Amino acid sequence: MAAFYKNILARWQYISTHKFFWPVFFVAGLAFSIAAATFDILDLYLQLILIYVGINIILTVSLNLVNGYMGEFSIGHAGFMAIGAYTASLLTVNIFPAGALNYLFPLAIVAGGMAAAAVGLIVAVPSFKTRGDYLAIVTLAFGMIVKSGIENIEAIGGPRGFLGMSKLTTLPWVFFWTVLSVWVIRNLVYSKFGRGVLSIREDEIASDLMSVNTRQVKIIVFVVSSFFAGVAGGLFAHALQFINPRMFDIIKSTDILIMVYLGGIASIGGSIIGAVIYTILLEILRPLGIWRMVLMPLMLVVLMIYRPRGIMGMREARFFVPLRDLLAAKLWKQKKKEASDASA
Amino acid sequence: MTYILQQILNALQLGSIYALIALGYTMVYGILTMINFAHGDLFMVGAFFCFLIAVYLQLPFVPTLMLTMFGVACLGVLIERMAYKPLRAAPRVSAIITALGVGLFLENFTLALSPYPKNIPPLLTDKTWMIGSVTISSLQIIIIALSVSLMLILDFIVQRTKAGMAMRAISWDKTIVPLMGVPVNKIISLTFAIGTGLGGAAGMMYGLAYPVIDPYMGIMVGWKAFISAVVGGIGNVRGAMIGGFILGTVEILVAAFFPSTYRDFVAFTLLLILLIFRPYGILGKPSPQKV
Repeated sequence: MAAFYKNILARWQYISTHKFFWPVFFVAGLAFSIAAATFDILDLYLQLILIYVGINIILTVSLNLVNGYMGEFSIGHAGFMAIGAYTASLLTVNIFPAGALNYLFPLAIVAGGMAAAAVGLIVAVPSFKTRGDYLAIVTLAFGMIVKSGIENIEAIGGPRGFLGMSKLTTLPWVFFWTVLSVWVIRNLVYSKFGRGVLSIREDEIASDLMSVNTRQVKIIVFVVSSFFAGVAGGLFAHALQFINPRMFDIIKSTDILIMVYLGGIASIGGSIIGAVIYTILLEILRPLGIWRMVLMPLMLVVLMIYRPRGIMGMREARFFVPLRDLLAAKLWKQKKKEASDASA
Repeated sequence: MTYILQQILNALQLGSIYALIALGYTMVYGILTMINFAHGDLFMVGAFFCFLIAVYLQLPFVPTLMLTMFGVACLGVLIERMAYKPLRAAPRVSAIITALGVGLFLENFTLALSPYPKNIPPLLTDKTWMIGSVTISSLQIIIIALSVSLMLILDFIVQRTKAGMAMRAISWDKTIVPLMGVPVNKIISLTFAIGTGLGGAAGMMYGLAYPVIDPYMGIMVGWKAFISAVVGGIGNVRGAMIGGFILGTVEILVAAFFPSTYRDFVAFTLLLILLIFRPYGILGKPSPQKV
């Protein structure tokens, strides 16, 4: 039996590191999600849950870029999401012609992401000087300013919220954006630039001395992270067809944080696992009513005590690690073994 | 002029509540360098304890206050022992997430037990006086006086007693102090007890001043108190008091001259501006960075 599992594991490792894996996965997933949406393979409820899973994966992976890989503590992610959601909804409801909405929808999502990214640029500036808890306050205050600002603009509904979006978020689109965000962030992290991001987490001054342009790195990381948060916001708004500022308050930011740390920091695989587990568990426990909201934090606390780094915690699913890194790790282990053999 | 004086009185009332909560944040931060995000919810639990005691035991004001503070302090120590102590060696972020989890747990547990907002019965017969044309209520005076005296007692404990010396020593250096025979665990529990006890007192006063209490009231007030602690310089006890009064004043003054929906907006924007010019708070000192 053990040999059987080992065999499967070896097969999976071969498949998952194959160069055609990603394109095949992408095409197959896209085909399945289109089929699921058109031929009633999944009922609408399951589709909606999958849409939420996708949106949460985008949010979690993008926050993990800032909190896990760069080691800052941002707690205002829902603010970026709100900006994306409102921008995209305003575009589809008020500006784009109703006939061509299906074709212009990606444009609205990108615009939402861009708006959030532009604001992310502003939030990146205080991060030059402050770090840690003080940066946490800046992002927290930013999230509250966004919520409070939207509440005070009557033109977009103020505290009552904004509605009138048609249901444009479909499973294929969510799948596309989820894969895109994971792909972009994974490539960013494993690039030369990504090494710079990691070095800031380990020691900012030292990485500065090693000629990492820390300001540039911080700006790019914040912009990319907030772009995808904005995208997730746009998708969220068109899945729910109604948004109000209270949806994007500190509780939402806390939710995203919990998914990140549940899955494990600095791990894309972990983020995906965290988002999937959290979203699905919340749905499964729905019959418990309010008590599920009591149970979830309790589980989080227990998990943190026994696995303080989250489920994946600083490790990565093999599947996301580039071949050259895997090889390097293998070589390093071999050398270490040889060295210990020689000394013995 | 009268209007401004009246608003200043309101600001003192709100500010003293913020300051009391901010003290809890700052004390825990000073000693553990950990942000206890559950503190705002302990404040909420304080208000609910006060409600339970006032409704079911019907005690007068002072015993209610004592019992509330004691109850919340016990809960705080319990949380510290069960949830935070196992994480002392873990990365700081997991302790913060645990604190967020504990906070959510407290909120939702209270919500599950009491789904509707509650009204705290008035514990004191409220008298109002007119001085010139400024109205002062006895409740306002009691809240301000009580907060200030609690803060003075705290300042005395931290600056003049042996336990306070131990607290300051632990926040100075965590590795050497245990070697000097300071019972670190006891001092940390004591810090939690004092900090959360003050939060409970603040919850009770908030509940008396703004009588409707609900399980989510701790979130916003808690974050604002946290911001006060940061404005004053987190880890600094006197800074937290100053920060609380500053934030209270700003909020009341904004609400007095602008539509009240702008209150949070302006308060947080001011906070951001302050942090740009003094990134370590008013009384905080930048910690030196070593490579």
